[in-house]
Amino acid sequence: MDNASFIIQQLINAIFLGSIYSLIALGYTMVYGIIELINFAHGELFTAGAFIGIIVLAALQNMGFVETHFVLTLILVFGMAMAYVAVLGVAIEHVAYKPLRKASRLAAILSALGMSIFLSNGMMLSQGVSDRAYPAIFGLKGFSILDARIAYGQIFIIILSLVLMVALNMFVNWTKLGKAMRATAQNQTMARMLGIDIDRTIRVTFMIGPALGAAAGVMVGMYYGSVRFDMGFIYMIKAFAAAILGGIGSIPGAVLGGIIIGGVEVLWSAFLPSEWKDVTTFVVLILVLYLRPSGILGEHVSESRV
Amino acid sequence: MTVKEPILELKDVHTYYGNIHALKGISCAIPSGDIACLIGANGAGKSTTLLTIFGVQRAKRGEILFKGYPIHHLRPEQVAAKGISQTPEGRQIFPRMTTLENLEMGAYLRNDKAEVADDMEWVFDLFPVLKDRTRQLGGTLSGGEQQMLAIGRALMSRPELLLLDEPSLGLAPKLVEKIFETILEINKMGVTIFLVEQNAHMALSISNSGYVMETGRIVLTDRAARLLENEKVKKAYLGE
Amino acid sequence: MAKSDVKKFIIYSLFLGILILPMVGFPGRSFEAARAFTIWGGIVGILAIWLLNKTIRHSDMYLRTSAHLAPFRNTVLRKFSKLPTRHYILLLLIVVGSFPLLANNYMIDVGITCLIYIVLGLGLNIVVGLAGLLDLGYIAFYAVGAYSYSLLNLHFGISFWLSLPIGIVIGAICGCIIGYPTLRMRGDYLAIVTMGFGEIIRLVLNNWDKLTKGPNGLLGMSKPEVVYPAFSKGGFEWVVYSLNSLHALYYLMFIIAILTVIGVRRLDNSRIGRAWVAIREDEVAAELSGVPTTWLKLLAYAMGAAFASVVGAFFAAKLSYTNPNFFIFMESCIVLCIVVLGGVGSIPGVILAGIILIAVPEVFRELQDYRMLAFGLAMAVMMVLRPEGLIPATRRKQELHEADQSSPED
Repeated sequence: MDNASFIIQQLINAIFLGSIYSLIALGYTMVYGIIELINFAHGELFTAGAFIGIIVLAALQNMGFVETHFVLTLILVFGMAMAYVAVLGVAIEHVAYKPLRKASRLAAILSALGMSIFLSNGMMLSQGVSDRAYPAIFGLKGFSILDARIAYGQIFIIILSLVLMVALNMFVNWTKLGKAMRATAQNQTMARMLGIDIDRTIRVTFMIGPALGAAAGVMVGMYYGSVRFDMGFIYMIKAFAAAILGGIGSIPGAVLGGIIIGGVEVLWSAFLPSEWKDVTTFVVLILVLYLRPSGILGEHVSESRV
Repeated sequence: MTVKEPILELKDVHTYYGNIHALKGISCAIPSGDIACLIGANGAGKSTTLLTIFGVQRAKRGEILFKGYPIHHLRPEQVAAKGISQTPEGRQIFPRMTTLENLEMGAYLRNDKAEVADDMEWVFDLFPVLKDRTRQLGGTLSGGEQQMLAIGRALMSRPELLLLDEPSLGLAPKLVEKIFETILEINKMGVTIFLVEQNAHMALSISNSGYVMETGRIVLTDRAARLLENEKVKKAYLGE
Repeated sequence: MAKSDVKKFIIYSLFLGILILPMVGFPGRSFEAARAFTIWGGIVGILAIWLLNKTIRHSDMYLRTSAHLAPFRNTVLRKFSKLPTRHYILLLLIVVGSFPLLANNYMIDVGITCLIYIVLGLGLNIVVGLAGLLDLGYIAFYAVGAYSYSLLNLHFGISFWLSLPIGIVIGAICGCIIGYPTLRMRGDYLAIVTMGFGEIIRLVLNNWDKLTKGPNGLLGMSKPEVVYPAFSKGGFEWVVYSLNSLHALYYLMFIIAILTVIGVRRLDNSRIGRAWVAIREDEVAAELSGVPTTWLKLLAYAMGAAFASVVGAFFAAKLSYTNPNFFIFMESCIVLCIVVLGGVGSIPGVILAGIILIAVPEVFRELQDYRMLAFGLAMAVMMVLRPEGLIPATRRKQELHEADQSSPED
């Protein structure tokens, strides 16, 4: 493979990873924006999405549905994974966050962490500790640019993540509920005084964020061909790094941060020993927090404590 | 003068911040269609009174009636739905939303699109400056513009009662005059106004009735014109 | 029974049921629906008991009876509190100390594990409980201790005792390295960054083949040795006794645990301890009153790390083996669970929770698989129902209840 095709290949990888991190980071950033807490269970929701994807896909494949209704299959897989995880997100909000909205920060963080431990172990029990293969539905069909092979599946995933991000942007900026969400994030008391039911907006946030994460989970499964109960952990830290890098609370920031983190990771694995790539992300995260805690596009973040 | 039906009535309202007894039994009745003002020194509990009416702070004891209906057990969003709106202390506009979006949020509870558009025009008539700033983020507006936006936003819900907390705070004298003129204009449209002010002279001169507050209690209640003449008020709040 | 409570209870239980669902529906694996719903039933049952308890406590009858019983209760309580705390402590020491004499090897091993986790819990308690800094990468210091001893022993033949102070210093330095960049961060950032740091240390141990032999781990460290004088026929000589037996290791760990308890207790009641509390409560105010916050936060990390490092060294010596997979994130979670469930900032709470969380699943082996599942859920539910933990720290309890009062809304 010559240099140009190598670069194209890596570019596709970077865009893919970047959009995955962006989708997950959006969930963090939205939840953080509205309740100023990090949803520790977000990584597990992402994994749950991937598993629901497997289940639906496997079921449809058994029925022979995939060959006949390919597009519908995709819609069903993504739709069900996202819908289910959205419900899960609301459940987590209700069980772990809502009762603690006025409690100390530490209590809320710990309860969210408890949820994360609970879900991750639940998935371990139900799905086992080994990798589970994702049914390959795209096959290997694709096209070549120079010598670089690009599968249709990759293109589809990248386009879908773009669509989701654009849809989110439209929702947040153009709809009444989306605007109410932004208002709640900016000034909760004032939002309530204008008649906005913040319980509802928070609930919606806890549906959309996890749903995006679930979509990312299915995409990761389809792209790499396998999922594992604990894969959420590493994605969670990277997406968090992306959210912080872009400026937590900022939606465009999350996308930008995701793409940067994805790019750095791909660059690193292309030229340097890839077993150290995760360490790089952590180092980036820590450097950003240390040098510019408000991130690239972030508003000023108050440096208050727990 | 005939006694008008009170639109808002507070009966012996007590509010606490933790262990601090902030309101020690506030009672007042604001007649429908009036401008009433609440004056007093810093920390007297004026803002707390407004926040308590809105349910942001919970009244521990006492009753708050809006058009005869008790609202002290309601949450802020429910109070808003009853037809009260507020421009709180510090304006509290949404800094990362445009002027237009801020105004739209004011009409959050309404579904009558056409009339909302009409009201938006009305707000732009009241505050023409805002019209040139529709696409600008709230956080980038000047102090006076933010104040106008906050009042405009409060009007967008078509309230029957408008609670205004220190609309003159931090504004140039000319602007203050303009704001007070607008308040009178809004009142003429039939909106009852409950005004909290440090600028006692201005507030009393546009109000029908006035309340003087000291350390959590209302110590003086009278017609605004007579309060302006009151020796004690003159000395303490009008600087004469 | 208050209507709103019942409604809350029903909704809460339903949502908990939704959370259980991922464990039910995924085909192809062992975990069947019945078991998942048993777990759910258990949780709902606990919630119901709590609701009932609350209802009874608020009922007129309870209040009336309890008013009558108050004098009686007070006399009983007074009688008990007249026994000085040291009697209880003595009793505890005798029980824990005589435990190996009665137990079999397996139980002693479990006992050692318990003690290890109790010390880890107490160490983390300094960071989380006293200084209020949430650390999710605490297990990394345990790893640092284990690997420092292993490497020192294997490469330089340094003995356990000599490597302890070195390990403590390395641990404390690592604590400062991790602490320094995170000093100005807010709680949840701190949590994720420490989590990342913990992962970095694990990854370094895993990837640095030349030094750590990677995932294969290090093997063959010597056990701790004690030297004592003996008078034999030939006269006076020093005897080297290697602590090979489980009994000996148990007592060594027991001593470490006692020293830790004493150390943490003294810290808690010291000027430093009070300064930590001040930082936890209001950092700005503490700083303005002249508390050197930066220094003290670093100190909290360093102290916590030092304790973990000691047990880490012990752990490596006990097994004569160590590998990076002993130090995964879930281990940090277990230690954190011990601190949180026991009561943040409470020494007896941590001890009790350490025993419950480690020993109970060991004894009932069939529960082992569900251990973390239960811990996680317990942590969430605990924060909602009883944030102060099983045995609340006195200071902490007051704070948590003040927090309730200062939010009059709803």
